[in-house]
Amino acid sequence: MTRMRITTEKPGARPLPPVYMATSLGGATIPNPMLTASGCAAAGRELDQFFDVTDLGAVVTKSIMLKPRSGRATPRMAETASGMLNSIGLQGPGLDAFVDTDLAWLKRRGARAVVSIAGSSVEEFTKLAQRLRNTDGIAGVEVNISCPNVENRGLVFACDPLAASAVISAVRRSTAPGIPVIAKLSPDVTDIVEVARAVVDAGADGLSMINTSLGLVIDTQTMRPTLAGVTGGLSGPAIRPLAVRCVWQVHAALPTVPIVGMGGIRTGLDALEFILAGASAIAVGTVIFNDPGAPIRVLHELQRELGDRGFDRLSDAIGYAHRPHGVPAEPTADESAGDDEAAPGDALAGREHKEHRG
Amino acid sequence: MAAVQVRGEVLSIRRVGDYHALTVVAPGIAEGTRPGHFVALAVGGPASATLLRRAFSIYRVQERGIYGSTVEIVFAVTGKGTAWLAERRAHDPLDIVGPLGRPFALPKEPVTATLVGGGYGSAPLFTLAEQLRARGCRVDFVLGASSEPRLFGALEAKRMSTQVAITTEDGTLGERGRVTDVLPAMIKRSGAEVVYACGPMGMLRAVHTIAEAYGAHSQCAVEESMACGIGVCMTCVLPVIGDDGQTRMLRSCVEGPVFRGDRVRWDDIGTIPADAVGAPVEQEQR
Repeated sequence: MTRMRITTEKPGARPLPPVYMATSLGGATIPNPMLTASGCAAAGRELDQFFDVTDLGAVVTKSIMLKPRSGRATPRMAETASGMLNSIGLQGPGLDAFVDTDLAWLKRRGARAVVSIAGSSVEEFTKLAQRLRNTDGIAGVEVNISCPNVENRGLVFACDPLAASAVISAVRRSTAPGIPVIAKLSPDVTDIVEVARAVVDAGADGLSMINTSLGLVIDTQTMRPTLAGVTGGLSGPAIRPLAVRCVWQVHAALPTVPIVGMGGIRTGLDALEFILAGASAIAVGTVIFNDPGAPIRVLHELQRELGDRGFDRLSDAIGYAHRPHGVPAEPTADESAGDDEAAPGDALAGREHKEHRG
Repeated sequence: MAAVQVRGEVLSIRRVGDYHALTVVAPGIAEGTRPGHFVALAVGGPASATLLRRAFSIYRVQERGIYGSTVEIVFAVTGKGTAWLAERRAHDPLDIVGPLGRPFALPKEPVTATLVGGGYGSAPLFTLAEQLRARGCRVDFVLGASSEPRLFGALEAKRMSTQVAITTEDGTLGERGRVTDVLPAMIKRSGAEVVYACGPMGMLRAVHTIAEAYGAHSQCAVEESMACGIGVCMTCVLPVIGDDGQTRMLRSCVEGPVFRGDRVRWDDIGTIPADAVGAPVEQEQR
């Protein structure tokens, strides 16, 4: 198979700085923080044409339900400024076919797989988790309690702390100890910290945030909603500040809970914002549609941005934006005092670079 | 054949009637391309606010041109993305992914084939005609458009076929009307056993119906709106009947864009047929 690796690096560019990128995914250690956002990478196979999926921290698969699901009618997609609306409606082959084909492929390929599950009841989530318990080669379970593409908004578990914790505690109980259970949260709530606290109390080992935000586009030619399903989930760089805000608020309230940050990450600098806000891992989603090589490109860009700011380890940067005022921007300033070759200049260069970003 | 993502370079862009023909130097794509394959282009540059890839049938490729391996597409300006593409000039960079999709199926035996193109939907049919003729097939063309400047490849079609029928809705070239007005007579005359078609959904559906009525197979390259072109976004689905008789919502980017006409549930496009695998049965849906 021919593989062309696309990076932003020009031939002869500096080698990547030595930054220790290993991180925590709900208590489990992964070699780097880059995940694919569920629903944007299928089960990794299509993307393996463009980069080696085993180089990812993990592949997070498209949310799978117990039974086959046709999804919603077309049009399912509308392009928006720096983003898109989607209304797929959890189309998928059902858990058994997923395990036999998609998960089997990921296992053969040697990729770390986080399986995203979706259900319409606590019972369905429980059955999914029980079935996955008997399946080896899973790096984690992401619980999609926040898909916006449902007919009944009352079924978005993540909009209600009680419903969310009922699902998470059922999945946690049914999942093997040592396999992290990660709750995927919706930004469409009044207080995301309240929901985060509820699912952590219910046993979530980590949080994924954010899922798409509910949106609507009207076709001005037909003068009707563009999507067949009327509403859809808004994703892409358009929602990034919303996502960074959610990560910031939850990290401030629950600083020890591992967060997978996502929402419009397009570059290493975007990813760095999430890390600084408190995410210990990150995921690229919609931008994959624009650039199928994005996950590895962004990972390398992130590593470079960390190195440019003097970070030796990714973990030192997690939540760094929360530090008290008066703490200098240079993370290794104390250790490197007296070292002429230290990095403050690089850190400055990094900030300049950021200001130049379009 | 795996697809590749290439940072290509524009070799040339030219006007063809109301359309634009864009040639990109894109190493690695031409080599695996077969008639019916498509490419997906990123538009607007690396900081573009227009994220979704634009998919285009491949018109033709050159594996070893003097500028290296090239891919040529034909497009109409219909929105922001295609307007940006029309402004590209030689040496501009262009991020291109391909070859994508399932190409036209070629017959094992020499058969009589009619190729039907609507507007610039004719683009992939010329390399197809070459390959059919190389297999000893008789090839006829039916090309149609709303008006003469929106026909693509009429001369080329004449050069590589036994018969050509042209239709325009305003009568500026050929017969006034639509491709489906002249297709029955063409099939009758030639005794076509297979009809290949590319164009708008409504045309494909009508072409399939006519082909079936005359006992011909049809191979239709569909146009569904796509976000990625590589099979991960799940937006470009349509109801298609499988070998097991079951209807599934298939992705036109990886399971198509070419489908057997008799397998597509044309009347149900834009819906989820009630008997489709996984169709909603209860009130609880998501």
